[in-house]
Amino acid sequence: MNNPIDKSPEEKQDAPDPQQVVRRDDLAGKQAPAGAPAGAPAGVPAGNGLMGQFKAVMALPNDSTKKTLAVALVMCLACSIVVAGAAVLLRPMQSENAALDRKRNILAVAGLLQPGDDIEEAFANVQRRMVDLETGEFTDKFMDVEYDQYIAARDPELSVSIPGDEDIAGIGRKARYSEVYLVGEGDDFTQIILPVNGLGLWSTLYGFVSLDSDLKTIQGLKFYDHAETPGLGGEVDNLDWQAKWKGKLAYDETGEVRIQVIKGVVDEKSADAAFSVDGLAGASLTSRGVSQLLRFWLDEQGFGTFLENLRQQGA
Amino acid sequence: MDADTKKVVFDPLVDNNPITLQILGICSALAVTTTLAASLLMAVALTTVVACSNASISLIRNHVPSSIRIIVQMTIIASLVIVVDQLLKAFAYDVAKSLSVFVGLIITNCIVLGRAEAFAMKNPPMISMLDGLGNGLGYSLVLIIVGTVRELFGSGTLLGYTILPSVNDGGWYYTNGMMLLPPSAFFIIGLMIWAIRSWKTAQVEKAEFRISDAHSSEVL
Repeated sequence: MNNPIDKSPEEKQDAPDPQQVVRRDDLAGKQAPAGAPAGAPAGVPAGNGLMGQFKAVMALPNDSTKKTLAVALVMCLACSIVVAGAAVLLRPMQSENAALDRKRNILAVAGLLQPGDDIEEAFANVQRRMVDLETGEFTDKFMDVEYDQYIAARDPELSVSIPGDEDIAGIGRKARYSEVYLVGEGDDFTQIILPVNGLGLWSTLYGFVSLDSDLKTIQGLKFYDHAETPGLGGEVDNLDWQAKWKGKLAYDETGEVRIQVIKGVVDEKSADAAFSVDGLAGASLTSRGVSQLLRFWLDEQGFGTFLENLRQQGA
Repeated sequence: MDADTKKVVFDPLVDNNPITLQILGICSALAVTTTLAASLLMAVALTTVVACSNASISLIRNHVPSSIRIIVQMTIIASLVIVVDQLLKAFAYDVAKSLSVFVGLIITNCIVLGRAEAFAMKNPPMISMLDGLGNGLGYSLVLIIVGTVRELFGSGTLLGYTILPSVNDGGWYYTNGMMLLPPSAFFIIGLMIWAIRSWKTAQVEKAEFRISDAHSSEVL
């Protein structure tokens, strides 16, 4: 590997001998501070202290163990500083973008976003509230702080594990508190937007479902994060398919969750047509995942109790 | 700019294009070219990474032990890619989302490591950076052409603006769904290579062997 012949044919700009002497001269010219003895022979300390030792190591032949280790170490250090620096400096902007993106998704699922609208302006009409999933009541917890329920779901303090037979969404744990978004002023809302997640084929789908103020009719469904097969399960992003959800009924008269993604196309004449959405062609497992996660989050394990409370208050 | 520099920068555009002649970096060229905007962003990201990685690898080329040189190159390239990815997430969030993993996969793009190993390890920083720039531009040129064709015929738009009003939006153009799938990029790049090699016959490779006729009795 060190054979100079390997490199020499293309070595036009550099000195023909890539080995020792020339390299060290080069080094002194580029990296050593003024006053350092240029081209010090290998192994002879070029100065005192850390800098001197460093220079001495750099003057060693490239393939000596010491220099190999030194180069690896210095380079890793330099690269990690660059990467960490970029990550830290840019984080505020990134989280701002992520928050804006979340707002855009919420507005889109509610059908409130026209192209060209200012997101912050459109979002002014939407209020964020926290819900205690167990009692189904609004709560003040985490109201004014940043809160991610999917991170909280991994925290034993803030989450509960879901019994295996009830975990139809395949998510394992759920947070005790969840965000919900109300469109409208005060308690008088026109739409309520609930975050949902659940397992598809390859990935967990994260999205929002929006219910009308009757708490039965679906206004929209949209997933903002998933890794399903593009073109098959990935078609959950298809706007035409998303449009099919509008006006479907999530619950029947008895309050049971009936909404589901069926295989094939919905027969408009069938009794279940109002509760059914066309399946995604070639993606039965993703379609099933969507059905299951809606069933999970709209039922008692999820927002069922909360929605029931709201209905009682409304009645 | 002297003749040598010009050659380094402009040769990779057609005469020594990394995609159409060397057939490198095909993976991302197939994956991200569904829209022109994504192609443009990918082109900028890759060009930045190749130019910077070539420059920085060339700076330290005389101190890289040959036993760990590939690792050293990869570490530098990976760091640069992460920085570019972070920058995109901060300044071009939407397009960065649509590019998803492909920005990260620049790390494994053969063009970047290829130029580092073939050029930057043997040449001074300035000319190495120009070499990276040239190769990035060669890649960009192909991506922009493929992205334009795919978006125009696949969705009837360019950069999101409607050019051919599609039937779905009440126009007359039946969008070609195949253009939105990766194989179409394969066909387009194939046709480009054909066109370029008919124009620049020097690029045509010699056949490595000739298929000999087999008699039917031999086959059976």
